[in-house]
Amino acid sequence: MSDVNPDVALDIYRRVLNIRRFEEEVGRLFTEGELPGVVHLYIGEEAVAAGVCAALRTDDYVTSTHRGHGHVMAKGGDPKRMMAEIFGKETGYCRGKGGSQHIADFSIGMLGACGIVGGGIPIATGAGLSIKLRKTDQVSVCFFGDGAANEGSFHESLNLASTMALPVIFVCEHNQYGEFTPAQDTMNIEDIALRADGYGMPGHKVDGNDALEVYTVASQAVARARDGEGPTLIEAKTHRRGGHAEGEEAFLAGQRYRLPEEEQLARERDPLRILHERILLEGLADGHALESIDQDSTLQMAEAVTFARESPWPDPETVLEDTWA
Amino acid sequence: MPRKTSVDAMREALRAELQRDERVVVIGEDVKVGVFGGTRWLHREFGDERVINTPISELAVAGAGVGAAATGIRPVIDLMFGTFLYLAFDQIANQAGAMRYMFGGQTKLPLVLMTVSGSGISAGHHHSQPVHPMFMNMPLIKVVLPSTPYDVKGLLISAIRDDNPVLFLSPITLGSQRGEVPDEAYTIPLAEAAIRREGGDVTICTAGAMTLRCLEVARTMAREGIECEVIDLRTLKPWDEACVLRSVRKTGRFVAVDESFPVCGAASEWAATVAEKAFPHLRAPVQRVSNLDVPLPYSPVLEKAAVPTTERILDALRRCMQAESA
Repeated sequence: MSDVNPDVALDIYRRVLNIRRFEEEVGRLFTEGELPGVVHLYIGEEAVAAGVCAALRTDDYVTSTHRGHGHVMAKGGDPKRMMAEIFGKETGYCRGKGGSQHIADFSIGMLGACGIVGGGIPIATGAGLSIKLRKTDQVSVCFFGDGAANEGSFHESLNLASTMALPVIFVCEHNQYGEFTPAQDTMNIEDIALRADGYGMPGHKVDGNDALEVYTVASQAVARARDGEGPTLIEAKTHRRGGHAEGEEAFLAGQRYRLPEEEQLARERDPLRILHERILLEGLADGHALESIDQDSTLQMAEAVTFARESPWPDPETVLEDTWA
Repeated sequence: MPRKTSVDAMREALRAELQRDERVVVIGEDVKVGVFGGTRWLHREFGDERVINTPISELAVAGAGVGAAATGIRPVIDLMFGTFLYLAFDQIANQAGAMRYMFGGQTKLPLVLMTVSGSGISAGHHHSQPVHPMFMNMPLIKVVLPSTPYDVKGLLISAIRDDNPVLFLSPITLGSQRGEVPDEAYTIPLAEAAIRREGGDVTICTAGAMTLRCLEVARTMAREGIECEVIDLRTLKPWDEACVLRSVRKTGRFVAVDESFPVCGAASEWAATVAEKAFPHLRAPVQRVSNLDVPLPYSPVLEKAAVPTTERILDALRRCMQAESA
């Protein structure tokens, strides 16, 4: 049984579902050729962003990855402005200058998705430093993948955050692949959480497909950071439902990279279904409440698509705006 | 006016800004010891929370500066040598410079990255490379390269008060030079050049440590009856194009002298701009004098030969004076 109360469980369910329905729309729009760039979907990993962000306040910070839609959504981002940004429209979060991999909403502490693997890790660390210097009780969360755990920025940042006792929660979303290469081929350990030891901070491994488990572990790390006790590394074991990027078949040219047993596991361990089942099993809400959240979410995402589609393109003149401060 | 070294000037600028604005912090490896002296003793006055020693982790430290600057702090990051900036390249090129624009103006990034730059002390290639053209090539990063103690203080204070990422490079040979520096805080606007010597025959555009060398050359030329106008850009990006073009319209001759590698170096940018925007006024082809296209050698004799020498600058000036366009 989880110790999560019904309100929190429903809140987490809403976050998971919003991400799922949003990403389904994005995937569909991409396939239909309506989006200008490339998109990396968060389907299958929703429990991580939802579980962690449910443990945060609006004024806490997060940094994200190239697979960032879920983090923005879970932190409280507006699906309309997110979708408009992915369309490249003037009404998007970044006025069409960022796109899918660079959505940010500073008003809710979302410091930006990031196209460079590991690029957000030092930035989250800096936000943690800022919190310490300003003497507030905010925390800073850094989402990154298993691939980023092999970047220098990961190692430098964990050491820096630990040495300075910064209020940073490093959340590694271990989705089994760095782009197209299985993690087992690129690191000689099973658990990235072990690396916390090397930097003198706690490291926790958690089932990243179970949002309530993620929430519980994240809450402890957040409490620790707020109390000034320093950073934590959380490794959330999860799975990508789809590929690295939508449309990847084009460059795979028929090659297969996914391990069949892992692909099977990814299907079985669907975070939405797991959460749905747990909520019902533990009597945290009834099916009716969950269905109603799904209907709201589906409607909201359809509205976001309409909003984005009908929004104007940016005026070409704005290409020279938002330059020098 | 009191005469001080550039290192004193730098410390005074940092001290003034640490005093004036509690959001200002100095961060870097060994900023307490202050390897070049600019940050030395500041921690005694402002404490370990404002003058922060870090591990040798340039990428994380620069990135921490980016994250802190985006969330209400005004960090001055000391990365020691210009070449060490290369270890932090992602955070400068992909993040710091792009963040405000890429996020549609949602944030400002009041970040100063401070290093020494250039050669002249037989430090070998890894501690002597001029790095400024790399960063001039990146959108929305300001690049400052002072040439006097007075400018170090005034430009550094401006850099710290600026809301954009600023790369503040001090010529490595400038540290011990003395000059007049007022005790009080003052600012010198970024992107404003200084005409160090007026002259009507040929314009020399330069910056940093080359400024002194160009002034020396100008004195030699004056003895031959040629009056050089020596412009010290002080800020390399954005740069005072108007000042240079005004001068070229007057002199009709242009020599760019820059201590960096020749291909896509700073001199290339200046020369191209003059050729593009002042061509009708030119009476001779523009000339560039840059480093030779080799890593910086160690031996003082070789090191001296690798950067723009007095002889090479004189040659360029004479070529320029002799040529007469049709």
